[in-house]
Amino acid sequence: MTASNVKPMTRAGEVASRMAAIADEVAGPAADDVDAAARFPTETIDALKAEGLLAALVPIEFGGGGASLEEVSRGLVALGRRCASSAMVVAMHHIQVACLVRHGRNEVLQAYLQELAEHQYLLASATTEVGTGGDVRSSICALEVTDGRFRVEKQAPVISYADDADAVLVTARRTADSPESDQVIVLCRPPGLELEQVGEWNALGFRGTCSTGFILRATGDAGEVLDEPYADISTRTMLPMAHLLWSSVWLGIASDAVDLARRFVQSEARRKPGTMPPAALRLADVTVVHQQFVDMVQSSLARYAAAGTDADRLSSIGFGVGMNALKVSSSTLVVDIVRECMLICGLASYRLDTPYSLGRHLRDAMGAALMVNNDRIMANNAQMLLVLRGE
Amino acid sequence: MTVDETIRQVLAEHGRLAVPVDSLGDDTDLFGAGMTSHASVNVMLALEDAFDFEFSEKMLKKSTFESIGAIRTGVLEMTGG
Repeated sequence: MTASNVKPMTRAGEVASRMAAIADEVAGPAADDVDAAARFPTETIDALKAEGLLAALVPIEFGGGGASLEEVSRGLVALGRRCASSAMVVAMHHIQVACLVRHGRNEVLQAYLQELAEHQYLLASATTEVGTGGDVRSSICALEVTDGRFRVEKQAPVISYADDADAVLVTARRTADSPESDQVIVLCRPPGLELEQVGEWNALGFRGTCSTGFILRATGDAGEVLDEPYADISTRTMLPMAHLLWSSVWLGIASDAVDLARRFVQSEARRKPGTMPPAALRLADVTVVHQQFVDMVQSSLARYAAAGTDADRLSSIGFGVGMNALKVSSSTLVVDIVRECMLICGLASYRLDTPYSLGRHLRDAMGAALMVNNDRIMANNAQMLLVLRGE
Repeated sequence: MTVDETIRQVLAEHGRLAVPVDSLGDDTDLFGAGMTSHASVNVMLALEDAFDFEFSEKMLKKSTFESIGAIRTGVLEMTGG
């Protein structure tokens, strides 16, 4: 790699505002085309890379931005307002980065983290597998490790934006003899990474995430396998991070819908000063719900930050139940809020050619409850509640 | 039945292990032997029923259920045995 590939780095404190600026200047103007063509939001990701923002969560000593999760969350809310597909790609990337930052302890992975920051690599994830019924905590494929090299082949029903990613984090059974639940996670990257696309991504929403299926074949240095069991990485980092950052994206969608609804009501008020617009009370109602959403995301971020790296706290049943509740609540609230905003804006939101159109918001919002289905999450909580103590 | 025999019986019925319970040593990693976190909840419920006690909040963590030895320590601690 040449020095010209080295990107300037946006540091903690400026991450959220720079993400918001890129949201307004780049992601927003491209959003309709990304949605219509179901294409990867190249211009937005390139703009983020150019300012070092894909390494926002990488510690400063590894060449990253050293930003807090709270700051990245604010940046994702801003991006989610303008282009939810872009925001979801960036959220998924940061979740993978956080797994490496918090669990990639060996020299190979620490060196990779520096490389990631330097070259602004985009990370994708392959956790689901054909044949496991959507249960990401079990794998069929297995690692084969010989002479310090690993090999894996996985039938992945979904790897979002795989064609545009620089590496994929892949779950697999630890060995060919391991039970389905004994999983590890491994960094797979070129030149040892081969992806064979299966099918197309033509979905109702989040169309720019390009979430097609792939047969993934990879080989690499055995040091690219994360040392800790995936069960622990999932509980302590991947699952809470996913629910926090996805919720941030959905909050962005809801926030933009409320903004549009407010502007709509205000324009009605200007037309007939002295007369309360019919939808003004409904706007007041939806603003209450929106505030609940904002506060819930913030308090959940605070709860995760307070737990720090305390393994017992992060793997406690109460913490798990709470993070699952966040996902279910926020994925439900985003749909409720967009629907209320459509009632406020009326046909102007139903039409696709007005400044108040909420079609994309609604389609994207409907995906929230389905990406890790809320029914599965509630079943997990039901199970955990059988043993939760009320202390 | 001894405490160990009861623990092994609970694991056999609810652990959904990939290997026979008889093949497990005192320190064998039960999660490595195929016990899922869901199965561990059922193991815990069955232990509470078998020994007529409740695990305290601070014991509700993965390490309490990671091996037969760890389970025995937890059970004895909670039952004062």
